[in-house]
Amino acid sequence: MKKLLVIFLLATLGYYTAVTFFDIGFGQPHFVKGVSPVKDIYLAKTQSPLTVSNAVTSIVVNFRGFDTLGEVTVLFLAVTVLGSVLYKNRHEVGKRSVFFSASSIVTSGSKLLFPAIILLGAYVFIHGHLSPGGGFQGGVIIATGFLLMLLAYENYSVSHTALSVVESLAGITFAGVGLLGFMHGGTFLQNFLPTGVMNNLFSGGIIPIIYIAVGFKVGAELTGVIYTVLHEKGESNG
Amino acid sequence: MDSTYFHFLDYAVYGTAVLVMLIGFYGAMVKKSLLKIVIGLSVIDSGLNLLIVAIGYYKGGTAPIFSPGFLEHFKSVSKMVDPVPQALVLTAIVIGFGVTAVALALVIRLYRHHGTLNIDEIKNLKW
Repeated sequence: MKKLLVIFLLATLGYYTAVTFFDIGFGQPHFVKGVSPVKDIYLAKTQSPLTVSNAVTSIVVNFRGFDTLGEVTVLFLAVTVLGSVLYKNRHEVGKRSVFFSASSIVTSGSKLLFPAIILLGAYVFIHGHLSPGGGFQGGVIIATGFLLMLLAYENYSVSHTALSVVESLAGITFAGVGLLGFMHGGTFLQNFLPTGVMNNLFSGGIIPIIYIAVGFKVGAELTGVIYTVLHEKGESNG
Repeated sequence: MDSTYFHFLDYAVYGTAVLVMLIGFYGAMVKKSLLKIVIGLSVIDSGLNLLIVAIGYYKGGTAPIFSPGFLEHFKSVSKMVDPVPQALVLTAIVIGFGVTAVALALVIRLYRHHGTLNIDEIKNLKW
């Protein structure tokens, strides 16, 4: 009975949502022809004063940079909640429950792959203003590298102090660069560095600096999440 | 290029996105296991992100990246898809990750306390 009710409810919801989107017709020729001024202004400003190649990066870091600072704060809040919910006692970090240890192929292979994964992550967030990717994506790639090491080696440990230091320094860099722009130009996250030539590595002013800081912060936070969940220990499993 | 094919594809993207969202809602509302409810919430996120990205797309558009030679080849920026929904989806993915992580932490705590993941056996969790 409950399932029928839910299916009826969802069918109604889905029908009206789908009909609404079909009727609006996003992406049809009449919709894109000069009626999206936000997109045109953003794309023009991405080229001319900012000289950033990736328009998504310029929106995320510059036009909506304050929003990104809030987003990073939400991520930090999620990590803090995770730690406070899962940790009972800070000095009693549980030993992981391992069903079977990894074979030597897995351990040697992950030792070989780990520097390459870290390098790929660093590449993705350093080139965030030139190519697809950016701080969030690069940080996630770095965290997958640490996940691989944690899965391959049972007693691989990541220092919580180092993670906290990296995370805090990256956050301070983000806020500090924003405040420097405040002192220099009058608004938060105002660009105060030379913008350079488009499609060069050193272009875009403060945008690469902020995205590198975001990459370090996201990588440290996600590594902390993985470590916390893997080493979670409750009273019921002994 | 057959135009009717792309016409159908436009509709198929919206239909798929709404369908994925509905599957997520069904899982979150009907399933008994707490893990499946969290998975349902995550599936709702995926469908919503697909829907928002599909809104910014239009026929024949390219990625909003000024790679070398883009302006020489396309002559204007009007061939680019709308970058604003993509930036918003980047935010939404991070928020979705935070929600999933906190929900899973709470599920772990509930499992430690009650010894089960079935919401019928945990009191005060029924609707």
